Amino acid sequence: MAAVKTPKPDELIAIRYAPPETPWMETPTVFRPGTWSYSGGAKSLTALGLPNPRAWQPPDEDWKLPANWQSIILEGLRERLEKYRSFRLFMDICVRCGACADKCHFYIGSGDPKNMPVLRAELLRSVYRRYFTESGKRFGKLAGARDLTIDVLKEWFYYFYQCTECRRCSVFCPYGIDQAEITTMGRELLSLVGCNINWVMEPVANCFRTGNHLGIQPGGVKDMLEFMADDIEDKTGVHVEVPLNKKGAEILFVTPSGDYFADPGTYTCMGYMMLFHEIGLNYTFSTYASDGGNFGLFTSHEMIKRLNAKIYAEAKRLGVKWILGGECGHMWRVLHQYMDTMNGPADFLQEPVSPITGTRFENARATRIVHIAEFTSDLIRSGKLKLDPSRNDHLRVTYHDSCNPARAMGLFEEPRYIIRHACNHFHEMAEDTIREKTLCCGGGAGLGNDENMEMRMRGGMPRAMAVKQVKEKHGVNRLACMCAIDRATLTSLMDYWVPGVTVMGVHELLANALIMKGEKERTTDLRGEPLEGKAADEAL
Amino acid sequence: MNLIAALIAVLILTLSALGIAFSATLSFLLTAILPYAAFTVFIGGFIYRIVKWAKAPVPFRITTTCGQQTSLPWIKNNPLESPSNVWSVMGRMALELFLFRSLFRNTDVAIVGQRPVYGSAKWLWFFGLLFHWSLLIIVLRHLRFFIEPITPWIKSLSTIDGFFEIGVPTLYLSDVAIVAGLTFLFLRRMTVPRLRYISLVTDYFALLLLLGIVTTGLLMRHFFPADLLHVKNLALGWVTFAPAAPKGVGTVFYIHLSFVFTLLVWFPSSKLMHMGGIFLSPTRNLANDNRMKRHLNPWNAPVKVHTYEEYEEEFRDKMKLAGLPVEKE
Ligand code: HEM
Ligand code: SF4
Ligand code: SF4
Repeated sequence: MAAVKTPKPDELIAIRYAPPETPWMETPTVFRPGTWSYSGGAKSLTALGLPNPRAWQPPDEDWKLPANWQSIILEGLRERLEKYRSFRLFMDICVRCGACADKCHFYIGSGDPKNMPVLRAELLRSVYRRYFTESGKRFGKLAGARDLTIDVLKEWFYYFYQCTECRRCSVFCPYGIDQAEITTMGRELLSLVGCNINWVMEPVANCFRTGNHLGIQPGGVKDMLEFMADDIEDKTGVHVEVPLNKKGAEILFVTPSGDYFADPGTYTCMGYMMLFHEIGLNYTFSTYASDGGNFGLFTSHEMIKRLNAKIYAEAKRLGVKWILGGECGHMWRVLHQYMDTMNGPADFLQEPVSPITGTRFENARATRIVHIAEFTSDLIRSGKLKLDPSRNDHLRVTYHDSCNPARAMGLFEEPRYIIRHACNHFHEMAEDTIREKTLCCGGGAGLGNDENMEMRMRGGMPRAMAVKQVKEKHGVNRLACMCAIDRATLTSLMDYWVPGVTVMGVHELLANALIMKGEKERTTDLRGEPLEGKAADEAL
Repeated sequence: MNLIAALIAVLILTLSALGIAFSATLSFLLTAILPYAAFTVFIGGFIYRIVKWAKAPVPFRITTTCGQQTSLPWIKNNPLESPSNVWSVMGRMALELFLFRSLFRNTDVAIVGQRPVYGSAKWLWFFGLLFHWSLLIIVLRHLRFFIEPITPWIKSLSTIDGFFEIGVPTLYLSDVAIVAGLTFLFLRRMTVPRLRYISLVTDYFALLLLLGIVTTGLLMRHFFPADLLHVKNLALGWVTFAPAAPKGVGTVFYIHLSFVFTLLVWFPSSKLMHMGGIFLSPTRNLANDNRMKRHLNPWNAPVKVHTYEEYEEEFRDKMKLAGLPVEKE
């Protein structure tokens, strides 16, 4: 299938919020090119032992479902209603007040009413009513109930894969109804009959086997890290070591594999390595736990657990004291809200204490994993780092709160503290678009693939426009974030909506400013771009 | 259309109530049997629904955080938006219950000059709150029919509510407020295209039924006065299990009662159960202390994982080639 051309920004921004003439139950779903993702490949499903591996694509008429697909779905629905209070409650108590409706970036960017969180939920809720409530059974459509037909299933697929599980809607709902939770259930149900997307299933299959989503084998991980170490030496004159699978290290460091695979994530990874070298941290990377990220989150609770198990297992095998986690969004949703419950208790680890500052990370005393922003801001606060923020004077920085650290952790101040100490020009975006109200990059939860480009650009539009505003007002040219998915998806998003703004991780910014022992005079940043003032000096 | 279906339903209710008013047997049914039936369904249904929710476990702690977490001691935490202990959770819940905190965040969006612009949209919050608080006050005021002698706090509530002493009998502020609140909610649903699009029959029905109750109540108070002594006798009859058919209460009263009983019977199976559900919502009523305290999942079952041994088994040669340590040579 050839990639479709995404319409021009001028065309995309012509959004109408008027709903169609036909009621939503009677409006058919059209799989328009550029707005959906390829199906999960049979090979990946087989490797993971998941049901109904086959060749099919969403626009196909025949989805090749098992004959009893309806009963599989309904049985799956019943099971989940019994296992999750969240799900049952969210099915029951929505008053359709519409407070969440225009909070979803996909609705803001597309105007499609089924992208309103409340309606996205009704897609599933209507079926719940029909089979699991008395009024729905008796009064059918009058009670907002409808049969589970193949068209309904296709509609689910289309719209549950147009939700990035960002939880923005949940912030605004008076009952905290979280569409991400409902989308998760919807995706689990779809997966029961073999309907998945490839951009989730292939990484999951890779991750299960090789420890990371990209399928990089042990030697490859080592090569990439060493390549980065060489690059660091070129830029700074300092040789940093690459501890890997090291038994007896004090700390296991896990980070999303995007960080050592491609620009601009690699610069962030170089940032970590420089920082750890500078403070003399006794740590190790791992090839087995070579991805803290977890695309299981985008397919089912069971898969989260299957992929996450390696982290504690590896920490135990290597005999570390505690775990440090790098910059990533969805990875932190899992580490913060699921890991301990699923794969704990972490009683073989110790309560985390910074070996450099002696600070005890009380907030991580049970799970025993510390976020790198917590770790680094503590270093700065304790005066353990020498920073020269003027080395970032060529950058006008703004900061994007990634959805999961924002709305599932409340990690707001730590990264800002680092940024303020690492650069001189930091400008926040508009109040309604940051912190707990942050707007998604449009490509999270497995949707960051190329075939889905139009929908990504639509979903990312509200974020992009907030960046555009600070670009015009303050000359912002760099978008900092703390998420590996963001570093990839925001890059395309900026190219499309706000050309001239590039994307970086917070630890890249820090590393630019970090004065290292024995370094040579730096004339460029980690990307090889000349530092302000330095280039002018040379020109003289 | 959904609105029309809801209107028809309310109309049918009104007509049946009129029918009841003119038939002695039926009005006996309405005033002596139905009160108990409706009340039983309401209480029983309410408890059933709560128990059903409560019985479903909370496998994961999925708090939605709307403020700074508790982390390093020098970073100020936001206890009401990201609570990390029970007290803060209670504070957060109280804000939601009494002030509709989350609804207060509401904004609206429009594309202006090729860019989304977020405007403040507190009207829903304001009228929503107005409606709910006045509903609470009105329900409490009704207790005067059921209690003899009337306890002082109900009396003071009524006095405060009628503070401005406009008209005879005094116009209650809560009555004005509830009409304003419900009218706003209803008009909003009818006129905002997006809302009309998502509205089900039951959404209109809820508002129309409540409006019906309020309107008939106001009619009785200000235009077709019902004999309050008889009403009180009837209500006292219910609570003392000696219901007597009322005299001189008027047709409107029958409609009022029919609406109220419909509300009570319908309540437990409707979205109005948000009243109970709001207390149980896991994104709001759990502390964001995930890494401080382990949360247990009662059905946490083992899953198929890929162990280190299996991993090394597959990649041992490559690991050795790359100079990486292995467990088994
Ligand atoms: C603990 C008690 C309650 C709380 C905290 C609560 C809270 C809320 C909130 C936050 C909303 C959404 C905003 C709005 O439309 O106003 C709402 C809607 C609504 N509530 Fe309540 N409520 C409670 C009890 C009740 C009761 C007892 C009734 C009726 C008998 C009721 C009737 C409604 C209706 C009809 C709506 C929908 C309004 C619409 O259609 O837009 N609520 N409630
Ligand atoms: S804000 Fe909550 S209650 Fe209101 S429509 Fe959305 S999900 Fe339903
Ligand atoms: S979780 Fe995010 S993407 Fe999904 S419906 Fe809510 S706001 Fe939209």
